[in-house]
Amino acid sequence: MLRWLPENVSTFGGEIDSLFYIIYYLTGAAFILVTVLMILFLVMYRHREGRKAVYSHGNTALELTWTIIPAVIFVALSFMSVTTWGRIKAHAPPADFQVQVTAKQFNWEIVYPGPDKKFGTEDDFQVDNDLHVPVHKVVHVILKSKDVIHSFFLPNLRLKQDAVPGRDILVWFEVTKPGKYELPCAELCGFGHSGMRGWLYADGPDDYQKWVQETWPGKSQARVTGGS
Amino acid sequence: MSETTATGSAQAAHAPHVELGFWRTYLFSTDHKMIGRQFLFLGLFMLVIGGTLAMMMRWELAWPETAVPGFRWVPEPYMYEGIIPPQTYNALFTMHATIMIFLVVMPIMVGGFGNFLIPLMIGARDMAFPKLNLLSFWVGLVAGLVMLSSFFVPGGPAASGWTAYAPLSAKTAYTGVEWGQNLWIISLIILGISSLMGSINYITTVVNMRAPGMTYFRMPLVIWSLFITAILLLLALPVLTAALAMLLFDRLFGTSFFIPEGGGEPLLWQHLFWFFGHPEVYVLVLPAMGVTSDILSTFSRKPIFGYHAMAFSMIAIAFLSWVVWGHHMFISGMNPVMGTAFMMSTMVIAVPSAIKTFNWLGTLWGGSIRFTSPMLFALGFVSNFLIGGLSGIFMASTPVDIFIHDTYYIVAHFHYVVAGIIFALFAAVYYWFPKMFGRTMNESWGKIHFILTYTFFNLTFFPMHILGVGGHMRRIYNPLQYEFLQPLQPLNIFMTVSAFLLALSQIPFVANFFWSLFAGKKAEENPWRANTLEWATSSPPPHGNFGAVPVVYRAPYEFSSPEVKEDWLPQNRRLGTESTAGRSH
Repeated sequence: MLRWLPENVSTFGGEIDSLFYIIYYLTGAAFILVTVLMILFLVMYRHREGRKAVYSHGNTALELTWTIIPAVIFVALSFMSVTTWGRIKAHAPPADFQVQVTAKQFNWEIVYPGPDKKFGTEDDFQVDNDLHVPVHKVVHVILKSKDVIHSFFLPNLRLKQDAVPGRDILVWFEVTKPGKYELPCAELCGFGHSGMRGWLYADGPDDYQKWVQETWPGKSQARVTGGS
Repeated sequence: MSETTATGSAQAAHAPHVELGFWRTYLFSTDHKMIGRQFLFLGLFMLVIGGTLAMMMRWELAWPETAVPGFRWVPEPYMYEGIIPPQTYNALFTMHATIMIFLVVMPIMVGGFGNFLIPLMIGARDMAFPKLNLLSFWVGLVAGLVMLSSFFVPGGPAASGWTAYAPLSAKTAYTGVEWGQNLWIISLIILGISSLMGSINYITTVVNMRAPGMTYFRMPLVIWSLFITAILLLLALPVLTAALAMLLFDRLFGTSFFIPEGGGEPLLWQHLFWFFGHPEVYVLVLPAMGVTSDILSTFSRKPIFGYHAMAFSMIAIAFLSWVVWGHHMFISGMNPVMGTAFMMSTMVIAVPSAIKTFNWLGTLWGGSIRFTSPMLFALGFVSNFLIGGLSGIFMASTPVDIFIHDTYYIVAHFHYVVAGIIFALFAAVYYWFPKMFGRTMNESWGKIHFILTYTFFNLTFFPMHILGVGGHMRRIYNPLQYEFLQPLQPLNIFMTVSAFLLALSQIPFVANFFWSLFAGKKAEENPWRANTLEWATSSPPPHGNFGAVPVVYRAPYEFSSPEVKEDWLPQNRRLGTESTAGRSH
């Protein structure tokens, strides 16, 4: 399945992929075990004249074995998942860069705090669908929605978070490789859901400054329609 | 060996026979068998509609924004010269899921086989409340008609997904669908009433009307599964009904239960919906597990492996199903600590499912396996449930779910579980057809039907895992709008072609079903040499089911017992020399 996963470019994506692979190999082994046994039994114990089936109602030792082994594996998987889950969802590292993303039918409205690093001030800059962030920096996204539930999905970052109207949800990530990554909406949000898509640009420090110089207007609160 | 067989057909001739006339025999019947058949036909009819909607979706996904052949007649703005607009696409998957869950699997597995089998298999003459039963079907039919009528109102049918997440579903402005969504809500409320009447009836019947000697732990597992399903329905549906009423109030009367501008909470809908929704998943799959257990045992000619473990794992699933709903909401904005708790409970509920799978395997071990059509479909169910169960472990892990949530991985998973139920459904139809209709279906065509269905089912749904791993979102209308999905498009085309072939593979079934209904070989009382009580009466059973009420002496799966020469030993057969034969093992 390795080649089907999109390239990972976030700091925590590797952990998610490892968990994915652990589960993949475990379930793969279980699948092969059960399927091979099933085919074997179907062939070995097919009906033949003169042979009667074994009269058995079960085997307690065997049943306990196949209850306890999966139970132990499931508990182990839970504990392995908890650490990664906590790192991604509960313990965001301090922000190097902040941006506000407001989902609306059917665009991502992106607000940069401007030089004063505060939202809701004169020097904010707002653009639709173009999310520029510096690479190798911890980015905090304050995720909001204006209307219905949307979902902020960055496949290459292994990141997804629903945007819920009435809530400000903190999302963080750190991109490890400069580039342009697709930002689709992953939660049904109406007739324009399909095609609601933005771009994440992970820029090197120079590129980010260059984009700011080229795109941000001198005067405040200007609106630029982005997208490509 | 002296023995007395309390088979019904001999005595059936003595049972009072009442001519009821056409209306009370076929339409407004209070006979559980006729009501079961009515539910079966309702479900099969809806299956054609739900399947057609799926085919239209598959066309759109393979060849986006091109005209669907044969659909040029659909007027604008629903379709444009056969081309599906995005709004209609959203309606297609909403109605496909709604119809398949509420109007196909539930009517057939719970309404149809539940009705037909419960009284027969516990040795009762009918349901506890025959008139309530009649009402349950007709109310269910009204709900189905209301749902279908939503296709014909301005704005089209509901388009907010079968999960109807608020606030998308709570305000007409967000979807442009007005009465379609209202009718969807109203239909499900009515259907809830129908299911509630059915479940009360099932529970009462199982508790009170078991034949002498039919203890709880002599009940066939299919009856256990239907009993537990009825309890789940009784407890889960009121929650859905309440949530739906709140949603309707938000839409029509200006309340704001789920609309944040008015102080409402969108996540409240998700909590209520999934509090119903997850037990609902088990409502769908438990009867399929029960059917599979009965059929595997019968055609392995062997007692089910670990009967008590099978019954208790279903009971465990029923209890645990109330504490796993939050795994649908890991990325919803719910507190991450709750995510961890729900991950733990979800991992726990996987254990009884694993037990069931291993016990099915244990049942095959040492058997004398007959590959009849019902057996093949039951094995198909096990094989699909194995894949669906294992793929569920991925999304139970919260971090992995961050990536695969709302992708085709989820679509693959729930189709292996829920669409996989269709294998148990076909197994049940082939198995009980002789009892239901007094004629036998053609075995060769049944096998052809199985091979084709199994092949194309897997070719359709397995590649969805790969799409999901590639990040392909669900519920998108045109994958080509995304650069990262364009390389996956050949898979979409492959799946669409497979899905069409899967649909065509049902032709042998339809032909076999209707041909056998009228011209099939007359069925004998117990064509499969099975042990449970429904086989101890004529095919089809008379009004009142049994001549004399059967007496039960043993567990339901005493195949290949050393006590008798034959490899089956019916529950109601008394072995004269053995005074202890009645004692359960």
